[in-house]
Amino acid sequence: MKQLNLKHDFPILDQKINGKPLVYLDSAATTQKPQVVIDTIVEYYKSSNSNVHRGVHSLSERATDSFEAVRSALCQYINAAHEYEIIFTKGTTDSVNLVAHGFRSLLNPGDEIIVSELEHHSNLVPWQMLAQVSGAKLVFIPMLESGELDISILDSLLNSRTKIVAFNHISNALGTVNPVKKIISAAHAVGACVFVDGAQAFPHMAINVQELDVDFYAGSAHKMYGPSGIGLLYGKSEWLEKLPPYQGGGEMIAEVKLKESTYAGLPHKFEAGTPNIEGVIGWGAALKWLEGIGIENIKKHEDDLLIYARGLLSEIPDVIFYGSAKDRAAVISFGIKGSHPYDVGVLLDQMGIAVRTGHHCAQPIMTSFKIPGTVRISLAAYTSKDDIDMFIVALKKTILILN
Amino acid sequence: METIGDREEDIIEEFSFFDDWMDKYTHLISLGKELEQMIPENKTSENQIKGCQSQVWLNAELTENSILFQADSDAIITRGMIALLLRVVQGQTPEKIASYDFNFIEKIGLTTHLSPSRANGLVSMVKQIRLYGVAFQGKTK
Repeated sequence: MKQLNLKHDFPILDQKINGKPLVYLDSAATTQKPQVVIDTIVEYYKSSNSNVHRGVHSLSERATDSFEAVRSALCQYINAAHEYEIIFTKGTTDSVNLVAHGFRSLLNPGDEIIVSELEHHSNLVPWQMLAQVSGAKLVFIPMLESGELDISILDSLLNSRTKIVAFNHISNALGTVNPVKKIISAAHAVGACVFVDGAQAFPHMAINVQELDVDFYAGSAHKMYGPSGIGLLYGKSEWLEKLPPYQGGGEMIAEVKLKESTYAGLPHKFEAGTPNIEGVIGWGAALKWLEGIGIENIKKHEDDLLIYARGLLSEIPDVIFYGSAKDRAAVISFGIKGSHPYDVGVLLDQMGIAVRTGHHCAQPIMTSFKIPGTVRISLAAYTSKDDIDMFIVALKKTILILN
Repeated sequence: METIGDREEDIIEEFSFFDDWMDKYTHLISLGKELEQMIPENKTSENQIKGCQSQVWLNAELTENSILFQADSDAIITRGMIALLLRVVQGQTPEKIASYDFNFIEKIGLTTHLSPSRANGLVSMVKQIRLYGVAFQGKTK
């Protein structure tokens, strides 16, 4: 197979852990950053640091221009209709909370919020909190044994009381790619608003929010080769206009009097306080890097590696796979018969292999499989065939030690 | 009775024979396998210490002037660590346990298992062992 070769762009990958070359297979938790992102952040502080959206001086103008250029690039990247539909947040979790909090004033007791059983805690707990405050009822799209959502019963869950349908594009725990378009059109048929957690999708596939016709879509820079602490919320402007501001402060106001204020328009209404400027600018560099490689090339590279890794893993008799959805991306979740995932992770780390073990912040999924957790490997553009080979050798050794 | 210091020396010597990590972890795992099973009645949610990665159960009883611990985990390496920790404090007086620092773990190169980021329940277990020491002080017969 013809593979991308991008390791040289990532200085962090060139190091030893416990005396062994680092094999980083935890990219679904966070991706590593290419040199160009690191350089951009350093350069920003060396030459352009200034607060954005205020001040008439040149530095402030330069910082604001760079900052807003990234909003515009992201708008194009996800094909949003307007730049002001891109809200900068701290990350996906912050985006979910912004919307869930905003709906407090829009929901009534008896309304229903549909969430899937396949969610990361970040796309579950904020809706639980909203349900508690508003008196709305939580309804769940069940997960099948394959790790796919049981879409066949979706129509029976949806009704005129359904106000919100929230689910992820790709499951962080199992890698399942959900049939987003299908769920969105079914939800829209009853007039519900759809929130999609795209944290895991951004690094692996092209996102087109207008084609999806999604109402809200969220993602994090750190999962797509950018810095941590910065993410986005895309929202259709009619929905963003309906939601009240999330936080009060500077930047989000039009006029302030002592007893009341009027709020700024989009996107500033939701961007109180000085934003994570270097985060946004670093994200811009990451996006440029990613577009330079091409998301389709990255997807092909990862899909090939995923098949390769799964093939090698399936030859190991003690491996039990979790999640066998037809459409999967960049993640393999598995267990070792008779062993706790923690033990597997500790021993792999001794051999320089970084994997994720545990419930992956998706406890309900683990509960339904009746396991404490899984071992998860997750791939990125820089993952190589060698990485997979070294991981397989280390895993076989791990099983030997544990038995 | 052996002092805490004697027991630490024993363990440090035992681990000094291992040249590489594989031997060390193989030994740790066999300690985990040999650790006495906890009485099921003591595996209560009250005795449970929830880690993000592995679960730990810890029970303590005061007999005469010493504390007897029983502990368990669902992960075998965590069980091995428990075996080591308990070997040092088992049957010691509440006074000694209340201020004990478990420094020998660093000397045998397993200190990462007591790092909070591991979230394996052991950091809380160490705290809980000391708290039992404090709680049982003055209650000795």
